[in-house]
Amino acid sequence: MDIVLDNLDLMGRALGYTLLFFVIAAVLSLTLGTVLAAMRVGPVSVLRRAAAAYVTLVRNTPLLVVLLFFRVAGPKVGLNFSFVDLQLGQWRINNIFAALVVGLSIYTAAFVCEALRSGINAVPLGQAEAARAIGLPFGGVMTQVVLPQAIRASVPPMASVQIALLKNTTVCGALGVVELFARMRSFTNNDPTQRVGIFIAFAALFVVLVLIVSFVANRLERRWRIA
Amino acid sequence: MSGAPSVLFDAPGPATVRRHRLYTVLALVVLAGALALVGWRLYVEGQFAYDQWEVFITPRFVEAILVDGVWVVLQMAAAAVVLSLAFGLVFGVAKLAESPLVRLPATYVVEFFRAVPVLLLMILIFFSYGVTRGDSGAYWSVVLALMLYNGSVLAEVVRAGILAVPKGQSEAGLAIGLARGRVTRLILLPQAVKIMLPSIISQCVVALKDTSLGYAVAAPGLVRLMSSIYQQFGNQFATLVVTAALYVLMCSALTLLATWVQRRYVGEKQALAISETAGTDAATGKVV
Amino acid sequence: MRLKRTKAAAAAVGLGLALSACGGSAGEPETGAEGAEAPEWEVVESPEFEAGTAMAELAEAGEVTIGVKFDQPGLGFKGATDDMPSGFDVELAKMLAGQLGIAAEDITFEETISDNREPYLQQGRVDLVLATYSITDERRQIVGQTGPYLITGQQVLVPADSDVEGIEDLQGEEVCAAAGSTSLENVEAEGAVPAPADNYAACVDDVLNGTVPAMSTDGAILLGYAAEQEGELKVVGDEFSEERIGVGYSKERPEMCEFINDALQASFDDGTWAEAYEYTLGGEGVEVPDPPALDDCQA
Repeated sequence: MDIVLDNLDLMGRALGYTLLFFVIAAVLSLTLGTVLAAMRVGPVSVLRRAAAAYVTLVRNTPLLVVLLFFRVAGPKVGLNFSFVDLQLGQWRINNIFAALVVGLSIYTAAFVCEALRSGINAVPLGQAEAARAIGLPFGGVMTQVVLPQAIRASVPPMASVQIALLKNTTVCGALGVVELFARMRSFTNNDPTQRVGIFIAFAALFVVLVLIVSFVANRLERRWRIA
Repeated sequence: MSGAPSVLFDAPGPATVRRHRLYTVLALVVLAGALALVGWRLYVEGQFAYDQWEVFITPRFVEAILVDGVWVVLQMAAAAVVLSLAFGLVFGVAKLAESPLVRLPATYVVEFFRAVPVLLLMILIFFSYGVTRGDSGAYWSVVLALMLYNGSVLAEVVRAGILAVPKGQSEAGLAIGLARGRVTRLILLPQAVKIMLPSIISQCVVALKDTSLGYAVAAPGLVRLMSSIYQQFGNQFATLVVTAALYVLMCSALTLLATWVQRRYVGEKQALAISETAGTDAATGKVV
Repeated sequence: MRLKRTKAAAAAVGLGLALSACGGSAGEPETGAEGAEAPEWEVVESPEFEAGTAMAELAEAGEVTIGVKFDQPGLGFKGATDDMPSGFDVELAKMLAGQLGIAAEDITFEETISDNREPYLQQGRVDLVLATYSITDERRQIVGQTGPYLITGQQVLVPADSDVEGIEDLQGEEVCAAAGSTSLENVEAEGAVPAPADNYAACVDDVLNGTVPAMSTDGAILLGYAAEQEGELKVVGDEFSEERIGVGYSKERPEMCEFINDALQASFDDGTWAEAYEYTLGGEGVEVPDPPALDDCQA
């Protein structure tokens, strides 16, 4: 495990990339997923079907294939993110990073949509009926009554989805950004004798990250629980 | 889904119907416009040209894709699922054991493998076991990594399934003098299986999709084969469309099976909700 | 819903039939430079070796297993449906087999990746390794290595119209190399941003479509890609590392060293080495270098 301790700066940079992937893709996927969920339960049947088709297609495609679409096929058909070129301290947000973040977000959004939908389904029927009875339109029913409760109910599945996203960032490691997984491979390549130790260090880091996300989710669930 | 949307909005009156018609037209225009834009871009870039797709109607490539790609992936997924079921059964039951000597280690093992990305597991297994065994080493590295991850998820499913069986069942079993093990085996598991089936099958979909990660350890499989095809012919877009289509087809078939099994054995009840959140106080075992 | 899905499935099956009924062949990538002839390797008839040596065993068996790369055009490459790999390493493998009295079609080519070359030799899964196998002291502790039959260093491959003249122009820019490879480490050490890819072919695509400004690994590998994409890519800059590519054999068969060296020296002398280079790595503007000096075999 010495190689890990001797190269804490490299570890830190890799961890930074993993966290950047996670945070940016989490925000984007939550936004896109919420829009999809609204389309999915809304009154316009075309949108309902479009959202359902999106979810079916994306959910049944492996993440790697989705990422390769943006990373490998995108540039071939003129879809590149060359306008993205940022330097955040020692982290470089370039076209590769952008393509991978978009892929992660598009993939995760399908699961966010399903998590929200299960939350909406968990809201007792009487709530929506009461909201309609006082004359609220669909938008009002959703934003004033159903969604606030649905979001609470969907905290546990949503946390699962975001934890899966955190673990899924590792798939980016062979596609052009040196995040934790790529860093682990380079460490094990440099020092094959310490392979198991290096693995345990990285695995422990992921366990800690997952525990943090779980902790936040549990706190949110508790705070938002209806008394 | 049935009935849910209608609860959220009133049956539309004439004005609303008109408004919805307007929305429908607008939505159609936007969607069609977006699709047309994508199609036009693809056309301009020559992605519909025959030479981009020719390889997929060339018999020897079709054969390679079906035999070395699809068939291998299905085999891998099947092996991983069978092994994870065994793993999940053992650890799921162990997590419910009376003795903390059994329960705690089982809990830690399950929580660990659920939290570690499956790709990390795959690399570790590959380098400590698979690397000297050629293609079959890579193959089994993928299967074993998927077993550990999916097995841990299934352990949660098993635990939740057993807990979902009404308490009276195990009490009745104990009352007629059965030992704990036999109560689990004879009374709880047969009933729990019914509740668990849909979750098990959706975990099969996850395993099937995750076989694609074998690409990182140069394991045989569909994505690896396809990447060698697009590297040879430079038809990335066409190849990935075909790859995605094959996976969607395989996974949809499995999902259909899951829906059918649920209707047949479980009724319209919702499937078990298994939380990914680690820590025992998470909402595991809750039946929604 | 159910009806629609059935229809879709039926359509897919119909499509499948139509596809398999349709003929047509897809283009093969050209290996080797235009005009260069494939070298013909002599297959020695009933070669004589001292009894009990590994060479005698292999010649007796009439077959040999050789580890090569499958993903590096010019050196060792095998397409999705090719029967045989091709490239410079593969040609020299055929040469060595010929000296053992073994024809090319009796060679079993096994894919070796960077991580499994030593274990394969130690376990006897392969008899020889010719897989861009750099000679290093660490490796010589556990396996036998001789040669080099090629000396290259890490260079940079850029688009033909790029202004980059070497790794020093790429500070803080992305440079692609295979994930987990030493090349990627070297790129990072030189101050560029490492961009890992699954393999070098993926890197070439990234350079071609402008996703990254450059890629870097052994010059010989880069020459192979430059030859494959003539006019699109060029190799630039000084070598910022020296790789001596040699033949790997098992440490338990030290007698192979002399045999390999003799065979290599013969091919250096009679010009077949140069022919193989021209055929696999050559191309417009690529000069065939002088053969390297071989290391002595330690007794």
